[in-house]
Amino acid sequence: MTTAWHGQALAEAIEAFAPGAVVSSSDSDVWVEPSAISSVCEGLKTRPEFKFDLLSSVTAVDYIDHFEVVYHLTSLPYAATAVLKTKVGQGRTEANVPSVVPVWRGADYQEREVWDLMGIRFDGHPNHKRIMLWEGFPGHPLRKDYVTYDQSIQAPNGEDDE
Amino acid sequence: MRVMFDGEEIVDVEPVFGYLHRGTEKLAEERTYSQIITLTDRMDYVSSMLNNQSYVLAVEKLAGIEASPRGVWLRMIASELQRIASHLVATGFLLQDLGALGTPLIYCMRERERILDLFEMLCGARITNSYMRPGGVFMDAPDEFWPALDRELDDIVNTIDELEAYLSGNEIIFSRTKGTAVLSPELLINASITGPMLRASGVDWDLRHRDPYDYYDKVDFKRILHTASDNYARYWVRVQEMRESVKIVRQCMEQIEPGPVRPSFDDVPRLIRPPVGDVYSAIEGSKGELGFYLVSDGSIAPYRMHARASSLINLTLLREMLIGEQFGDLFVIFGSVDLNMGEVDR
Amino acid sequence: MSAAFLDNSLWRNIYCVIAGESTECAARDYSSGLLPGGMEWLAFLLSALVVAAIFANAILGGVIVLIWGERRLFGRFQNRTGPNRWGPWGTLTSVADAIKTMFKEDLVPAEADRILFNLAPVMIAAPALIVFSVIPVGVGTYVADLNVGVLFIMAVTSLTTLSVLTAAWSSANRIAILSALRSVALLVSYEIPMALALVGVIMLAGSMSLGSIIEAQAIPFILVQPLGFFVFFLAAMAEMARAPFDLTEAESELAAGYLNDYASMKFGLFFLAEFIAELSTSAIITTLFLSGWKGWDPIPSHLWFAVKLILVLFVIIWFRMTLPRLRVDQVLKFAWKGLFELTMINIIVTAVLIAIWPEPSTTELWIMAAINWPVAIISIWAVSKLLGTSSYENPTPSASAPIYPVGTETLPANAGVHGGGDK
Repeated sequence: MTTAWHGQALAEAIEAFAPGAVVSSSDSDVWVEPSAISSVCEGLKTRPEFKFDLLSSVTAVDYIDHFEVVYHLTSLPYAATAVLKTKVGQGRTEANVPSVVPVWRGADYQEREVWDLMGIRFDGHPNHKRIMLWEGFPGHPLRKDYVTYDQSIQAPNGEDDE
Repeated sequence: MRVMFDGEEIVDVEPVFGYLHRGTEKLAEERTYSQIITLTDRMDYVSSMLNNQSYVLAVEKLAGIEASPRGVWLRMIASELQRIASHLVATGFLLQDLGALGTPLIYCMRERERILDLFEMLCGARITNSYMRPGGVFMDAPDEFWPALDRELDDIVNTIDELEAYLSGNEIIFSRTKGTAVLSPELLINASITGPMLRASGVDWDLRHRDPYDYYDKVDFKRILHTASDNYARYWVRVQEMRESVKIVRQCMEQIEPGPVRPSFDDVPRLIRPPVGDVYSAIEGSKGELGFYLVSDGSIAPYRMHARASSLINLTLLREMLIGEQFGDLFVIFGSVDLNMGEVDR
Repeated sequence: MSAAFLDNSLWRNIYCVIAGESTECAARDYSSGLLPGGMEWLAFLLSALVVAAIFANAILGGVIVLIWGERRLFGRFQNRTGPNRWGPWGTLTSVADAIKTMFKEDLVPAEADRILFNLAPVMIAAPALIVFSVIPVGVGTYVADLNVGVLFIMAVTSLTTLSVLTAAWSSANRIAILSALRSVALLVSYEIPMALALVGVIMLAGSMSLGSIIEAQAIPFILVQPLGFFVFFLAAMAEMARAPFDLTEAESELAAGYLNDYASMKFGLFFLAEFIAELSTSAIITTLFLSGWKGWDPIPSHLWFAVKLILVLFVIIWFRMTLPRLRVDQVLKFAWKGLFELTMINIIVTAVLIAIWPEPSTTELWIMAAINWPVAIISIWAVSKLLGTSSYENPTPSASAPIYPVGTETLPANAGVHGGGDK
């Protein structure tokens, strides 16, 4: 049975090796400074008390005034899971997060997908290109302010098109 | 996929994605939780029931819904049958790519057709089922389903025996698949690869054992592991997993009790409004860890839905697997990863 | 007219029907023919054309039946019926296919070398037909009985190599050339075992002419020359580029390979040539190893030949349907390291046996068979060990010691929430 790390316990443990990295924590999640993501993830993977060797998922959510990058981690030796989050792009400015591909290769295509669909840059990604859509596609579709093609069509005198 | 050759040897590989991208995650933000079930069907379209199960479990976790027991048993039966069907597709096409001009493919497809007939009995659809709902399934199995299932399980075991006798001792299969595209367990875990690929390298990670969802802790099945981590190992793991799935279905058939297959609409309304929050819930899909990350803002549609697609992530090590191999093995190795483009692109 | 010509009943009957007074025909009770006397050269010419036409049409008709039979057998092996729509039991399907092929658009790629491009299908179909000219299909029914018949067969079948390369090169298509190079490597490598496997048969029969080889088969040479048969069968399947050696047309890899740019009837000719080759190879195997048209009396010799031919065809089709494909380097390794040594062993052993019994009678042939079979089995086993084949190993599931630590450690008590969650 896998155990889920308690948010506060994880936050304390992270503070122990990366002071100043944790922003806040709740029962199940830990929020970390964007700039500290690399070192925190490195620690979470290598340090013997965590051993998070499997990165289950990297994804992002658009919360209108900021973006949030969510990491779901799994530890095979401990059979444990944890959730790590980062708030980036406050005020919908440019969102930059260090890439965790050097730590977990599995983040490769997932981070490219986040860049493609959400527009969050990952510094240090070895192949920072769009993955699903073609280069030159205007905009990032999963953002909440992305206007779809249908919505953007309007007849000249203002009526909705078919 | 762009491949560069030097004579017969593969020098460079660059996969190109997006030809089947339908914007599932964007569409999910405008649909109610029950309507998204139809979207999840079409992600990995050879294992629709498994996609459904993963999504429905995520919704149950998010909304705190208690599933009804008979629905859970039916879910498990459907999922394991779907796992068998998906592995039959994988095995059949792997053997087809190896050059056996269609004969093993036809055997596998014949069994899969019968499984799809069973699904048609259950829910009216063969491939994109949308059979499950948060809390259970939407329709009970008809009376003629159970004897048909019984017969079909025997037939599946016979087909697996035929396949194994036909090919697992075959010299040509051995020489084509043994020793090609060997990946170490550390590399696989670092690349977030799960499922039969990981188990073929000896790592005992199966979410049905480690993190039992539904009633997987009430059924007993073996852990299938192989140490060689080459193409043959992956093929072998899938064939043995089919046998284990048959055992699971039989145990579900023994333990299922009569009762409602989904909670009543007083307990779980048609339009579910989960409390604000987020959840990540994963199951062991046919290709690996199939997870859904749902963010709810209290309304009838999710604020964000993300599908952790095992096929996309299983492709991470494509360069390691292919570079240095012979051209003749290109499709065999590609087939042993067992991809589904619908899941890669969503 | 030589005696051999008159022994050939097919020729003789046709010639004598056409020719006018001719001493040879008169001696055999043909009193008059269609032409006035003195025009024997014309009679010869006409009978030659008639015989050639009969053989060519019979072969093409046989190919039609073969295609139908092969497709129905495919179906039965795959647990389905084969074609069953056109004609009774689908027999007219091949005719429908041929008509369809003729009506397709005939493309020539812009960069292709037109002359060679158009010539290649002919170059591959013609040799396949020519091989049949030395094969006797019944008592006295053959086109010619060359005294170097076996050599002729070997020479003609190796022309396919050239035409494959011509086809690919003139298509000016990279994929086609890649496939053709693989195919040429395959064909050239398997020429040698194929030819050498027949040396044993030639030694036993004392002559290269197919007629005398059949005469010499008091017992079918498959019994006396098991190793030769084994090698020849496999090498011939490789020469035909049939599964398990069909890497040239690996559909899942190369989309028809060197045939890529051929459409309509040119493709039809390639397709036809493949099936004629199959038919001719089976005929060669029947003649050289299964004693051709010999059989027991009440059943005519032509029928014996047909039955044996169908048997060989069935085995070849069976191989094609069940076995997956070998990779090109494995195929070449098999030819050079496997079959070549087997042929050497076969030649040495047969030479020794012939030295002991120069003109073997039937009992001596049986003794030779008894010696050759154990030799064959032992050498095949030895060569398979040499090739490092790994047959019938049981796959080993993982050992008890874990490869990677999973679930081996426990978290401190304050770290986790309740287990896993209620998934």
